[in-house]
Amino acid sequence: MKLLTANFVQCSVKACSATPKCFPLHFDQQTADVPLELAHEDVDFSPEFVYNMLPRIDWPALTTTARELGNNMLPETKPEIENPNAPEHEQLLRDLHTLLLETQIIQGSMRCENCGHIYFIRDSIPNFLLPGHLVQ
Amino acid sequence: MSRPETTAPPEVFYNDLESKKYTSSSRIQHIQAEMTLRALDLLTLEPHQHILDIGCGSGLSGEILSQEGDHVWVGMDISPSMLAVALDRDVAGDLLLADMGNGIPFRAGTFDAVISISAIQWLCNADTNTADPKKRLARFFDSLYAALRRGGKVACQFYPRDERQIEQILGAAKASGFAGGLVIDDEENKKNKKYYLILTAGNVTTNDINLKGIKIEKQPRRTAKKNKREETTKEYINRKKELMRKRGRLVALDSHFTGRKRRPKF
Ligand SMILES: C[S@@+](CC[C@H](N)C(=O)[O-])C[C@H]1O[C@@H](n2cnc3c(N)ncnc32)[C@H](O)[C@@H]1O
Ligand SMILES: [Zn+2]
Repeated sequence: MKLLTANFVQCSVKACSATPKCFPLHFDQQTADVPLELAHEDVDFSPEFVYNMLPRIDWPALTTTARELGNNMLPETKPEIENPNAPEHEQLLRDLHTLLLETQIIQGSMRCENCGHIYFIRDSIPNFLLPGHLVQ
Repeated sequence: MSRPETTAPPEVFYNDLESKKYTSSSRIQHIQAEMTLRALDLLTLEPHQHILDIGCGSGLSGEILSQEGDHVWVGMDISPSMLAVALDRDVAGDLLLADMGNGIPFRAGTFDAVISISAIQWLCNADTNTADPKKRLARFFDSLYAALRRGGKVACQFYPRDERQIEQILGAAKASGFAGGLVIDDEENKKNKKYYLILTAGNVTTNDINLKGIKIEKQPRRTAKKNKREETTKEYINRKKELMRKRGRLVALDSHFTGRKRRPKF
């Protein structure tokens, strides 16, 4: 799962989706049998796509996720870009592209802060199927 | 037409063997690609959009999204075997193992558009004795509406079993706040007839969706046709709405769409 997708997934339990705590899911508690594993995967760079998505990125959630995954380097506030084709923004857009689209979470687990349910990621696919007692 | 959804739950039907067979059939590849292209044609999207593919399977529909318009897509499916084939085929989209009937697990405004090819008819089935199709449809469309940005669009090609199922799906979509309707291609050809549920989540002008050469399912004319002079205001509005539909505009879904004979095409 890309970091981009991690900035949008929320707990699937119906009662949680009504609370603000269902997002973001947290990577701060990992288990020994599915240890956290990240990878870099090349993706074609599209400045327009990154530019289109930037307003929708929840920046505080992104810095939280990055920190939980071991990256403390993100700036506190969301960078601003007026024009995706301006040369002075190219490096910034490339950095965001690398972070959001090329950083893959291969395995690990995500925790809902509201209900505590753990979502496991294996082979880069998060499992959002709910056990019977959580289906409402 | 064979109906896999009446034989077993999807994750059982689409096991390892069936998923491989499905994906390697050039006939299926062709049909799924064609229907996905048609869905995109109906949506008329800008390039570089963030798109969800519901019931993405092995990625036959999703990979069209990467080819056409350079979109970034996320696929969700309930069958681990189908997703395993998608991984083997190295599709560009991010994949999620999830049951659409339990909701779309994305926060508000995540996607510009949603497509679903040959999947949502599964929602009308009760695979376990605790699964209530009505509740699952409501949860599906409510969470789908929320996960779209305002002005977001949806195209779902599906295989309804009968008129009642069409009505059930349209009713659930409407109850969640969607506007839109049904596009039927090749209506005269019983074997090739294709249904596309086309929905918009707020703030869309009619020009945003390509309705050229298509027809929107419309409310059938009242059986006892009244004289124009005798009609009430409500009947007048309905008649005008009917006219708008005839001209290919999207208007709010009507509640009693189906179960009656459809009018001839225009
Ligand atoms: C005919 S396949 C279509 C796959 C892909 N869209 C394509 O065009 O090739 C239908 C897919 O819907 C999936 N499906 C059925 N019920 C589902 C559910 N409740 N949630 C998510 N996916 C489901 C099945 O697992 C299957 O992969
Ligand atoms: Zn939760």
